[in-house]
Amino acid sequence: MTVMPSESGGRRLVVVGASWGGLDAVGTVLADLDPDSSPPVAVAQHRADLGEDALARALQGRTRMRVVEAHDKAAIEPGAVYLAPPDYHLLVEDGHFALSLEPPVRYSRPSIDALFESAADVYGESVVAVLLTGANDDGTRGMRAVKRAGGLALVQDPSTAVRPEMPASAIAAGLADRVLGLPAIAAAINDLGAAV
Amino acid sequence: MTRGELEKLELRLLLDAVHQHYGYDFRDYARSSLRRRIWRRVAEEGLQTISGLQERVLHDPEAMERLLLDMSISVTSMFRDPSFFAALREKVVPMLRTYPFVRIWNAGCATGEETYSLAILLREEGMGDRVRIYATDMNDTVLRRAKEGVFSLERMQDYTRDYIRGGGQAAFSDYYKAFGDRVRFDPTLAETMVFARHNLVTDVRFNEFHLIICRNVMIYFDQALQDRVHGLLYDSLVRFGTLALGHKESIRFTTHADAYVELDPQEKIFRRAA
Repeated sequence: MTVMPSESGGRRLVVVGASWGGLDAVGTVLADLDPDSSPPVAVAQHRADLGEDALARALQGRTRMRVVEAHDKAAIEPGAVYLAPPDYHLLVEDGHFALSLEPPVRYSRPSIDALFESAADVYGESVVAVLLTGANDDGTRGMRAVKRAGGLALVQDPSTAVRPEMPASAIAAGLADRVLGLPAIAAAINDLGAAV
Repeated sequence: MTRGELEKLELRLLLDAVHQHYGYDFRDYARSSLRRRIWRRVAEEGLQTISGLQERVLHDPEAMERLLLDMSISVTSMFRDPSFFAALREKVVPMLRTYPFVRIWNAGCATGEETYSLAILLREEGMGDRVRIYATDMNDTVLRRAKEGVFSLERMQDYTRDYIRGGGQAAFSDYYKAFGDRVRFDPTLAETMVFARHNLVTDVRFNEFHLIICRNVMIYFDQALQDRVHGLLYDSLVRFGTLALGHKESIRFTTHADAYVELDPQEKIFRRAA
C-alpha cells in the first residue's frame, strides 16, 4: 500500500516487536539510542501483565529516551518510546496512537503484526520495523506490510536471539533488509535520525 | 491513484453506504482499527475488495449483521483491571450511598462482562436493591448475549483471581452455576440491570446518571467523535456525578478536560465539577 509521505509529515517512526527474551533485547537496543537523533519508537512486547507501568520502569532505567505506556490518542513525539499497554493492541494513526481490544491476533495482544501493519499504513516508506527475539511467528505478516509500503526491515540475527523463531520466520519469508546484532540495530536507528 | 488512495475512497464509500442504508455511523471511527475490522470482514466473506463488501452488505442484511458484530465486539473480561473495581468500592460507592436510589450507565456493555462484575460488586456493598444499571450497546446480538449472563467456564479461574484482587468478599463460584463448558450467572443479578439499544454516535441523552462507566469504548473513535461523545456523557451525568474511563484513556486530550476533577487519576475516575 503506497502512502503519501505528507501523511506522516515526512517523519520517521520506528516500530519494534519482541516476544520471548524481549525485555532484555529491547532494553539493549534502547540503551544505545540517542534521543536527539532517534525517531520515536513504538514497542509491542508480548508479556505477562507485570502490573501498571512495570515494563516502562524497567526499560526507563536503561535508556536516555523517555519511556511511557501509550495512552489512547497520545501524540507521537520525538525522543520517546511508547510501549503497548498489557492486553491492548497498540495501533498507529496519523501523528498519534490508538488502542484496541480487538481479539488477540494469533494468540497475541498486543500483536506485533497489528502494530506493524498500522504503522505501514500511515507512515509508509518512513517506517522502520525492528523484529527481535521470540518463539513464534508474530511480526512476519506485519513485516510484509512494511516492505510493501516501502519501509525498512531490520531483523535481529537469530543466532544472537534468546529464541530464534520469530526473527528467523521473517528472514525465511525474504522480508529482512538487514540482519543485525542488537548493538548494530541501535546504531542503524541512530543513523536514520542523523540523515534526516 | 495509488492503492492507498483507492482504498481510502472505497472505505469512505462503504461507510457512507452503511450510514445511509442502515443508519450506523462509523465515519468518525479511528482509522487503524476500523480498517483492520473491515479487511477481516472482507476476508471472512471470501471477498477481495472493500467495494465487494459494500455490495454485499447493501444487498444482504445478514452480512451487515456480521459486519456490525465485528464493529461491536471488544474482547474483554470480568473484573478487567481489578484495581479499578477496588477503587470503585473505596471511592465511588461511598458517594453513591448518599443517594436514595442510584442510576448507573454502563455504556458500550458489549457481552456484559463488566455489567455483571458491577452488579456483583454493588450487591456485596449492600446496594443491590437500590441501584439500576442501564447497560447499553449499539448491537442487539451482543445485548441478547449480555442479558443471558452466560460465559465460558474456562475463564472462571482468571475471573476468580481478578474478582479477589478487586476486593471481592465472597466465593466467586457462588455467583454462577456451571453447565457443560459454560456457566450461567445468578439470574437475580440481572434484576438490577436494564439492557437497551443505544448508539453513542447517533443517539441522544436518555436519562440522568450518578455514575457512568464507559471504559475502552471511545478508543475506537477519532478525536472529534470522542469530543462529541464526551459531550453526551457530560450531559447525562447529575451534578457531581462520576465518570469512569479505561486505564489508558485520557480526558486531557478532549474538550471536556476542565469539566471534571480527578477522583482517581490512575483509575481514570472523574467527578463532574458542577
